[in-house]
Amino acid sequence: MFFETLRLAIQAIISNTMRSFLTVLGVIIGVAAVISMVTVGQGSTDQVEANVASLGTNLLMISSGRGGGPNSAGGGGTSFKLKDVDAIEDQIAKIQSAAPSSSSQVQVIFGNNNYSSSIVGTDNRYFIVRDWDLSSGREFYESEIRSGTSVCLLGQTIREELFGSGNPLGETIRLKNASCKIIGVLEEKGASSFGNDQDNVILMPIKAFHRRIAGNQDVTMIYATVRDGISTDKAKTEIENLLRERRRITTDEEDDFDVRDMKQMATMMTSVTGVLTGLLSSVAAVSLLVGGIGIMNIMLVSVTERTREIGIRLAVGASEQQVLMQFLVEAVVLSIIGGVLGIVLGLLLAYAGSIWLSIPFSPSLSIILYAFLFSAVVGIVFGYFPARRAARLNPIDALRYQ
Amino acid sequence: MMVQTSGQKILINDQKTAVPLIAFKDINKIYGEGEARVHALNAINLNIYTGEFVAIMGPSGSGKSTAMNIIGCLDSPTSGVYEFEGIEVGNLNRYQRALLRRNYLGFVFQGYNLLARTSALENVELPLIYKGIARDERRQRALEALDKMGLKGREEHTPSQLSGGQQQRVAIARAIVTRPNVILADEPTGNLDTERSKEIMEILKKLNEDDGITILMVTHEPELAVYANRHIDFRDGIIESDSQCKREG
Ligand SMILES: Nc1ncnc2c1ncn2[C@@H]1O[C@H](COP(=O)(O)OP(=O)(O)O)[C@@H](O)[C@H]1O
Ligand SMILES: [Mg+2]
Repeated sequence: MFFETLRLAIQAIISNTMRSFLTVLGVIIGVAAVISMVTVGQGSTDQVEANVASLGTNLLMISSGRGGGPNSAGGGGTSFKLKDVDAIEDQIAKIQSAAPSSSSQVQVIFGNNNYSSSIVGTDNRYFIVRDWDLSSGREFYESEIRSGTSVCLLGQTIREELFGSGNPLGETIRLKNASCKIIGVLEEKGASSFGNDQDNVILMPIKAFHRRIAGNQDVTMIYATVRDGISTDKAKTEIENLLRERRRITTDEEDDFDVRDMKQMATMMTSVTGVLTGLLSSVAAVSLLVGGIGIMNIMLVSVTERTREIGIRLAVGASEQQVLMQFLVEAVVLSIIGGVLGIVLGLLLAYAGSIWLSIPFSPSLSIILYAFLFSAVVGIVFGYFPARRAARLNPIDALRYQ
Repeated sequence: MMVQTSGQKILINDQKTAVPLIAFKDINKIYGEGEARVHALNAINLNIYTGEFVAIMGPSGSGKSTAMNIIGCLDSPTSGVYEFEGIEVGNLNRYQRALLRRNYLGFVFQGYNLLARTSALENVELPLIYKGIARDERRQRALEALDKMGLKGREEHTPSQLSGGQQQRVAIARAIVTRPNVILADEPTGNLDTERSKEIMEILKKLNEDDGITILMVTHEPELAVYANRHIDFRDGIIESDSQCKREG
């Protein structure tokens, strides 16, 4: 008997091609939207987590001023000096290494090529704290750091822009009023969690940067790494105490600088992707609603015809149960077809999206199951319940339904 | 007894006994309330016996369809007792009434009431599916019924590809395929021209004479009523006249 019911259901689906197609389409839209949005949202969250992990969990970022991001110069507070960097490294045993960093956006010229890039003044400790290796050339010599010689290392993006496939080592580029000899090239680092290109960078000795680019002695940011096995919280407290002392901040005054660890960075960035995921989810919810309303519309439009059809079936001897079983099977079959197609389409869209946004493709089984469940519920609610109402009418009322 | 499922139906009575196939005892049907109240059937008493071909006539709105629908278990009376083969239908539940329609009754409607976009063959097979008849036998019987209605070669046509007369013959095939005791035809020729109407009447007459199927037919046209052997006239919800007559044609 089940196969007869299935046969009846399939016969009804086939003989109402347009209605069946539109119903399936509604389910596809809803399911595909949810799966693609949620998968992309999950992918970007995974991406952020991977980025945070790649920065290293023992890194502290110290900036002057309050509440700035890791790349902001910090407002309000006085900038650090090179002596502050040395003090942190020398006086706090918990700190393995600290590197100064001051940066400025500058137009870089080589031959006929020019490109806007970020110039960072620092020293060799930068390679340690940022965990960044060279792909060719060498680090700064001590003498170059001490005297502020105008030499520099290129990130992969600016190297590509200025030299293409040529060898940049030994060439001289122009930055603002200074010229600078290239001594090395950095390995590729990729985009940061905030989406900016970390490889569009030029490193030079900080004294050269002060003299030729900035015109002051400021250090806008200090990167410090905590020794292995030591709590970053404790290191952070010690740095804060040291800097308060050095900057003569009294006990009742607030810090005019900011020490962040990666845990905080992670929380901050997860909240950003959280907003993103929320946004995507609401788009998905709207699509679900649109799909659901579509299905509801079709069902309402066809309710007259379907009610008469039920009247005919009852008149030729169908029992209420037989009619209901057929409609239930029909609704489930349509939902399954729509659900499967929606899942396939959703995963394809999510895959395309993950390539386009260069984030990981992170499909989740649970969301696929939820979407499938949703499609089944929609199909049953909108396909089965109107049928149940009709099947409970007097057959004559179903036959005469206007 | 008749509520047994498919297959064998048990004819408890036939014309030789005094128990009628269909009996109305003081049947009332009232639609609506207050201003809109319509007394569609007013204390109707009526006996119909196996083998009769009854033509029901009367002006529009006189209650003919209402009576047919109650006989067909498509609707229930407001009061009164309706017995089918001596069994009180009012005491049957919905499922048992479905079984009564399935095993004893066949319907032919003025508007054909075929499933749209569904082939003639599938339309005729439909009642047999609900009866639980196996696929091969079902197909065989549906093809035979269509053949009997002169629709050989039209099996795969959908209603929209058939003329009115052909659609009504598909509907008759669907009504007879279950080998019912009674065919209820409410203005079966209402949408057809005289030629087609006569064809349908010949078919009904043949079913009555050859297969012994009891036929109740509503019609407006006196020249079609002559195919029947009993005429019942309705007026304002009561039976105005009821006469046996010799069949002509
Ligand atoms: N579903 C209904 N609701 C209200 N009144 C109805 C309904 N069906 C029939 N009637 C009324 O009952 C009376 C008898 O109708 P019907 O049996 O269809 O007449 P006939 O078939 O003889 O033309 C008419 O006055 C009609 O308006
Ligand atoms: Mg009528």
